Amino acid sequence: MRFFEYEAKEIVRKGGIPTSKGGFATTSEEARARAEEVAGAVVVKSQVLTGGRMKAGGVQFADTPQAAATHSEAILALAINGHDPRGVLVDERVAVKQEYYAGVVWDGIRKQPVMLFSDMGGIDIEEVAEKHPDHVGRGHFSTIHPFSEFQAKQVIAAVGLSGSELNRLVPIVTRLAKLFLRFDMTLAEINPLAQLEDGSFVAVDAHMEMENEARPRQQALLSELGVGDEETRQAREPTEFELAGEAVDAQDHRGVAGNVTEFDGNLGLVIGAGGGSLTLFDAVRAHGGRPANYCEIGGNPSVAKACGLAKLVLSKPGVDKIAVMMSIVSNTRVDIVARGVIKACIELGHDPAEKIAIFRIPGAWEEEGFKILERYGIEYADRSVSLHEAARRAVEKIQGAAATPPASA
Amino acid sequence: MALFIDVEVDQAVASDASLAAKLAEVCPVDIFAQKADGTLQINDDRLDECVLCQLCMNAAPQGSVRVIKLYDGNAVLGPV
Repeated sequence: MRFFEYEAKEIVRKGGIPTSKGGFATTSEEARARAEEVAGAVVVKSQVLTGGRMKAGGVQFADTPQAAATHSEAILALAINGHDPRGVLVDERVAVKQEYYAGVVWDGIRKQPVMLFSDMGGIDIEEVAEKHPDHVGRGHFSTIHPFSEFQAKQVIAAVGLSGSELNRLVPIVTRLAKLFLRFDMTLAEINPLAQLEDGSFVAVDAHMEMENEARPRQQALLSELGVGDEETRQAREPTEFELAGEAVDAQDHRGVAGNVTEFDGNLGLVIGAGGGSLTLFDAVRAHGGRPANYCEIGGNPSVAKACGLAKLVLSKPGVDKIAVMMSIVSNTRVDIVARGVIKACIELGHDPAEKIAIFRIPGAWEEEGFKILERYGIEYADRSVSLHEAARRAVEKIQGAAATPPASA
Repeated sequence: MALFIDVEVDQAVASDASLAAKLAEVCPVDIFAQKADGTLQINDDRLDECVLCQLCMNAAPQGSVRVIKLYDGNAVLGPV
């Protein structure tokens, strides 16, 4: 989940990193008050969870509290990329000697956080990394072993910093790394990290993203920031279909049958198991299929949950058939899922043999499952049929003709 | 209406309050409950949730509770 800039700066402050003065405002009067507190020139920034603020006019400079109030009134009424602003951040306009970048991001390939530091702050780190790779220091660190200041020192020194600058920056980057771990972040970025004329450093802008699954254990932080459970903070608001998927999953504690993402295809997917969802989704597309949805099912959901998920997918406008596919399951029962999806078809008035393009779930209780599938004349496959082959058969069935050859072997 | 599973319980068991309480306690998917008078109630809407665990069969005298697999030619679930 993403945080607004004003929240991200609050998290940075909580981590013990100095930030520029300022505060959040939801009205022009509040913005005036924040500017008066700063007692100097300010920058008024729209608080939206999207980029392109500067270009859209969502960032304005003000020399007086009155100007801050005037600018904030305009910014508060300005939607950026379809996002209405939550408010404005009225921030001290600091006299910057040099801009730096400090960030920690989760490296999904190494399965470790990676610390990044650059002496070229204020611009996208991706751009710096591409055009000036010698200006980016980086280093992975463990989520298990204690973080050492030496690790931060190495990354900062890699771009040529030494002396008092290095000494002042090490604790800041160390605190950022610790904050990343403490709050289950996937991204913790200060850009720019400004060096002032007196040599001190302050975080002028910050960007934080937290692992969504960490929300329950980060309730204290979220409450402090005033982030309600109803705020998903995802890239887009969930659709009605997706919310209905959440409701299916929430109906009882057994297993998972949800995490639905809506697409516009005609093949409904009831898929899952140990990364199987992603593999199967890609396999369907590789064979020329058009998924109507992504979802996750596993952990031995009840018949009612499997039924609810299948009903939801089958009821989606444009869905002709569903493919029920998982990798080999050990903690999910084949017969229970089979009962659920067949029940869904029957309760919606469909012939399961017609609506279920393929059922490919091998594993626990598969003999019982296969008996059920045979009883209803449903095409099924055991573990001798690969996920890709099962996806190909499903696509072939829905297209009513030979499927497009796979994009890759 | 259950599609996959049916359960039959001998009248002697169904009318025995202590056995009814035991069946309600052991079933992990709440197929059994007790009526106000203590006799056994079978929740038809829960039958398809049966996980074939046989706990009900073991909780009552042998053969007095029968779990029937409707999808398997009405086969009666037997001891593993």
